[in-house]
Order: sequence, then structure tokens, then C-alpha cells
Amino acid sequence: MKFISRLADILPGDTRADRVVPPSGFTVGLTVFTAGAMAFLAVFALALSLASGRLADRWSDALARTATIRISAPEGQMQAQTDAVMAVLVTTPGIADARVLTVEEQRVLLLPWFGPDLPVEELPLPQLIELIEDDTGFDGDSLRLRLAGEAPGAVLDDHTRWRRPLVAAAGRLRLLGWISIVLIGATTAAMITLSANAALAANERVIRTLRLVGARDLYIARAFVRRFTGRAIQGAVIGTALGVLAVALLPSDQSAGGFLTGLGFQGWTWLWPLGIPVLAALVAYGATRAAALRVLRGYT
Amino acid sequence: MIEFDKVTHSYGGGELLSDITLRLTKGSFHFLTGPSGAGKTTFLKLCYGELFASSGSVRVGGMPLRDLDRDSIARIRRTIGVVHQDCQFLDHLPLDENIALPMTVAGFEDMRHSDDLKDLMSWVGLSKQASALPPQLSGGERQRAALARAVMMDPDVILADEPTGNIDWEMSMRLLQLLVELNRMGKTIVIATHDLNLIRTAKAQVAARVLRIKDRRVQLAGADL
Repeated sequence: MKFISRLADILPGDTRADRVVPPSGFTVGLTVFTAGAMAFLAVFALALSLASGRLADRWSDALARTATIRISAPEGQMQAQTDAVMAVLVTTPGIADARVLTVEEQRVLLLPWFGPDLPVEELPLPQLIELIEDDTGFDGDSLRLRLAGEAPGAVLDDHTRWRRPLVAAAGRLRLLGWISIVLIGATTAAMITLSANAALAANERVIRTLRLVGARDLYIARAFVRRFTGRAIQGAVIGTALGVLAVALLPSDQSAGGFLTGLGFQGWTWLWPLGIPVLAALVAYGATRAAALRVLRGYT
Repeated sequence: MIEFDKVTHSYGGGELLSDITLRLTKGSFHFLTGPSGAGKTTFLKLCYGELFASSGSVRVGGMPLRDLDRDSIARIRRTIGVVHQDCQFLDHLPLDENIALPMTVAGFEDMRHSDDLKDLMSWVGLSKQASALPPQLSGGERQRAALARAVMMDPDVILADEPTGNIDWEMSMRLLQLLVELNRMGKTIVIATHDLNLIRTAKAQVAARVLRIKDRRVQLAGADL
């Protein structure tokens, strides 16, 4: 809170204090450009992270609550084993619903691989049963044992094998997005520190004069901190606006495009980029203040 | 006001000033003389805490400078006006803002339009140059402006380091008159100079003591000046 109150203290500015530092210098453009470029990249990293998060949640939610039982049995036993499986499922705790997939539904599932003309009725396809869990979930191992006893041709597939790597991949992608944002912040801090050091070195005479007439270190540091924080906010606002515009112009979310067309913000998450200029201001404030106070300790 | 107690200052392995004990009392007028490199500027810097004694103690208003933190040193400097030979202005600010700078950094309200600042600029004869930038001023004008800035905070002590080094005799006399006036107001004045004519002229107007730095020690100069 002390940090925030200090930041709030300097943001309104003291025009006379600001004037003690000469206004020009190459660090002006450098800081604005750095903050702008980093904010632009941060918008994309944020969009990536949020999209990955949505994907992970979607996969996780959609797959976690469903499972499939595949019954492979000789033609004469198929119906009997299907009935036996349904009977087992009715008495299994944690299953909210179970239904046998129709021939038409199986045809739709096979459509991407075999086309519309596949004579499903004539093929020895296994019978599929879809299960939907309730909130408590079912015990997969116990169900497998019961199915082995009642319907030897039934195999439970709870999607765990392929769901876990997908969810883990999406989770890692989300983590990478956040790590990118942290790295962007750290790079911004490093660039602003370099710019601040250059500005402090270029204004050695100004600093000596201010110390001579009784200026405290914090007074001198604030003049630099205000300037660099202001420049960082200015650059970050421009970079964020351009980044958001670029994300908005990406192709809209279409299932055919998969993950790539889902890269962006949805609903209230469009507000998240507003935090980037604030983050840039905090980074610039901390970096410049630390650099200024460190350099000023070298002056008597 | 300012006390030196067995002060030695070393730099680069050698002693610049050695075993100095003296007291600059309130309202006194001192000249500090000696050849170039004798340590006059070092002595002044020890007075306002830009340098610290290697041994011994420098006290200002009873406070040992070496024991003070950086903020306290900054506050002490507001009670000591310093005039350097090169003046040390902020070249991007107009003269009135430069002269008001000690008030600005001390957090006082905007002094640019105050009567005090106008009176001060009139006193040093720079009323018409208020909005000029320091590089546009002559050497004499810059020295008078530096003096005005030094007295802006109404300090108890004024330290001047070769204030007449870059200006002609007429302008030197004008600056000396200003310093004598300040002394008559009760200010402690210390002027480091190697200009013996300036010292002789001043001694005719004010009871000035002359300190000479010789062989790293400060001595009271005799009748040879």
C-alpha cells in the first residue's frame, strides 16, 4: 500500500520539480518506444494465455464428465451384453445418465474418416454407450471389474489417457503466456533502467547543482521518476491500443479454425489489457526510482 | 557557526589539509587565500559537506557533518549559501527560476513572482535579466546571480570560491560590496581567493580576517597582506 501511495503521490506531478530536469534527450523516444512495443507484445501474450486457459477449461470440463463404453461381441450376443452393461450402469453410483448411441450417431462419428456412403449397418462395428457423470463421479476401476463380470466384451474408456496430456498442454501454454508477460515486464524494467541511467549520467551537472542548493535525493529522484513513469504510461497506452486493435482484427472464433481462431479476448476479458499501462507504470516507477537512488548515492 | 576540530583531509594517499582547528563565528568575515592547489576549495567543500574530514570533525551549528545522513546534509546546505567560480546554473531554466531554485527544492511555493525575489534581483542589479537563460549572461552577471541564489534562503553563512576569478575589477568591486552588505546584515562570509588586491580593498571596509593555507595548514595571515 505504501508503494501505491507513493506512486499516487508522484503521478499528479509537480511542474516546477519536473522542470529542474532538462526536457529533451534521446531517452524520451527510447522509453516511449520500448514501453509501446512491450505493451503490444504483452497484449498478445495475455490473449494467448487467456485463450489457452479457456481451451484447457473447455477440454477439462467437456471430457471430465463423459466416458464411453465400447462393446465388441459376436452379433448374437451384442444386444444381451448391451442390456447387461445398461443394467450395471443403472446401479453404479456417480453416473447421471447413460445411453446407447444410435446407428445414425455412430455414422456421424465415422463420417470424417469414411465419408457419407458408409454402410454402417453391414459392418461389425462395436456398440458405443455414452456415460455422463454426476457431480460425485464414478469409480472407474470398480466399474471395469463389474463390466468384466457381466459383459466380457465391454471396455470402459473414460478419456483419461488422452484428456490429461491435452489439458496439461493447454495449461502449459497458459503458463507460457504468463511467463512471457513477466519476461516482458522484466525487459521493460531493464530498458527503462538503462534509459534512466543514461538520463542521470547526461544530467550530472544538474544533479550536482541541485545537491548544492539543498535538494534531497528523493526530490531529485522524483523528477526523473515522474518523467520516466509518464513516458512509460504514454508508450504503454499506445502499444496496448494497437495490440487490442490487432487482436480484434484477428479472424473470429470458428470451430474449423481450431485454437488459432480462438486467440483473443471474450466478454469481460477485453478489460484485461487495461491493466497493461498500469503494470508499465509500476515497472517504470520501480525501475527508475531504484536507478535514480542508486546513482544519487554516488554524489556527495 | 562552523567549527573545525583537528581536521585532516586526505585524497589519493596524500594529505591535502592537515590538523586544522578553527572556528568561523557568526557575523565574521574571512578571506581564505593561498596558491592554486593549496586546498582552498577543499576547505570550503568540507564546510558544506561535499567532502568529509578523513580525521577530526567539522561541525555546522554544533552538528558533526560526518554523522549526518544525506537528507540532513541537504538541510544543512539550505543554511549555507555557496557561490562557485563556475556558478553551476541549470542552463535550461531562466534566471529567476535559477535564483529561486533553493526555495523550489525546499518545497516552498512558486517564488517567481514574489516580491522577495524581485527585491533580490534588483539588489544584485539583474531585474531586467529575469527571463534570460544563464548562458546569455556575462561573467559578472552570472556571479551576481550566483550570489543572489546563495542568499535566497536567507542563510547564516555564505561561502564564495574565487567569486571574482572570471570578472573584471569593476565588477569584482561591485560583488565585494554586495558581500560586505550581507556581512553587515549579520551573515558569516568566507571568500576563497588568491586576489590580494581584493583582500586589501575589503579590509579597508570591513573587519576581515585573512586565513592562509600553507603547507597543508591554515594560518592567520599577518600584516604582509
